[in-house]
Amino acid sequence: MDKKVSTYTEKKGLAQMLKGGVIMDVVTPEHARIAEEAGAVAVMALERVPADIRADGGVARMSDPGMILEIMDAVSIPVMAKCRIGHFVEAQILEAIGVDYIDESEVLTPADEAHHIYKHDFKVPFVCGCRNLGEALRRIGEGAAMIRTKGEAGTGDVVEAVRHARSVLGEIRRLQSLPAEECMAYAKELGAPYELVMEVRKLGRLPVVNFAAGGIATPADAALMMQLGVDGVFVGSGIFKSGDPAKRAAAIVKAVTHFSDPYILAEVSRNLGEPMVGRQISSLSDEEKLAGRGW
Amino acid sequence: MKIGVLALQGDFLEHLDVLRRIGVETAEVRLPEQLHGLDGLIIPGGESTTFGNLAQHYGLMEPLRQFGQEHAIWGTCAGAIFLSKDVRRSQPLLGLMDIVVERNAFGRQVASFETDLDVPALRQVDPSGAPFPAIFIRAPLIEAVQGEAQVLAQLDDGRIVAAQQGRLLATSFHPELTSDDRFHRYFLRLIA
Repeated sequence: MDKKVSTYTEKKGLAQMLKGGVIMDVVTPEHARIAEEAGAVAVMALERVPADIRADGGVARMSDPGMILEIMDAVSIPVMAKCRIGHFVEAQILEAIGVDYIDESEVLTPADEAHHIYKHDFKVPFVCGCRNLGEALRRIGEGAAMIRTKGEAGTGDVVEAVRHARSVLGEIRRLQSLPAEECMAYAKELGAPYELVMEVRKLGRLPVVNFAAGGIATPADAALMMQLGVDGVFVGSGIFKSGDPAKRAAAIVKAVTHFSDPYILAEVSRNLGEPMVGRQISSLSDEEKLAGRGW
Repeated sequence: MKIGVLALQGDFLEHLDVLRRIGVETAEVRLPEQLHGLDGLIIPGGESTTFGNLAQHYGLMEPLRQFGQEHAIWGTCAGAIFLSKDVRRSQPLLGLMDIVVERNAFGRQVASFETDLDVPALRQVDPSGAPFPAIFIRAPLIEAVQGEAQVLAQLDDGRIVAAQQGRLLATSFHPELTSDDRFHRYFLRLIA
């Protein structure tokens, strides 16, 4: 029997298994176990959550592989890790230690201001952030097997995640209403590969799984993103920067499963303790915004 | 005939799509009362620890066990883990099938693979006997098949990747990610 390893079907397939689930940022093996116990479908191993990266300033890089390996040992669910935009050697290192997914992330300081990683060359799958359909399809063109909205990480303000999800989903609806002869000009306007534009038009969705990320802090935020039409959510600072991480994590998991049942949402939203202290996006200067990183 | 798909988490929409394509009425199951009126149930791929967590919290464990006593259930990947009686670690399991499963038996995601699999039982739905395109993603292995359970498919090296016990079915791989609907049609025959 012929055995084909790490095909694009395999890469996209793992993301399909994560659908309807919550991927949580964790900085220690203990956090990772709390996340798994709460029902997370995967964890993102990193040294600092986005809220701390934002507060500390300086250059944010790939985490120490030793620390990522400890988290991989601590849990049975998939472990993701972040590399800098364009830093293909950080990605090679993450592949070498065997992480299950790489997030080429705007939350870290970009290593290349013009180019992203050519992701088709890797055996490990990649997830990338986007603000709109053009950006999503450029990343998929480079080989991303999963897409997430960028939102504005480390703020606890969901407004940018909503803006980015509405952009992507709205542009897909627009594309489906266009006659074929207008699609080339629309591809040009989006800055997206034509073949992928035509594929999206046929499917009525992205050809890969599409999660929300960046600013989700409550069960209601998570359910809002699900009702808008994403496949699942990433929660970064929102859990372990809150008063009762285990309880909030479990509540967000339930909110994503029962996203269209307001009675269950009401029940899981009760008595969760203090949410993370947020920062309104409108109070951030342009240099403080991470979502603009990516080309 | 109406088939439910456990929709706590995972690739349940992919299963629902295949079922609709072959003309079956479907329902999503997140709460115990949603099992009423179903003729069979599919437990999809996803994370088995997440299924266990949510099924326990929403009181689904016993109703699912009851349902499995009288109806057909098929678990794919995480679903197969959830149906098993033992995974050699502590996590909630339905324990309906007399199989021992090893999670992530092939390693991490970079070891995930596709292969053509010989599944003799599928001749019942398609006499051609063509190999089945099997997609393994951080897949479990069926370490041991005991009691009434029987082997349905093996890799070249003899390792077990599909098993059946009466009307209960477990596959390590994901037929719902392919355009080949023979496994879904085989499952429907267990109900009819």
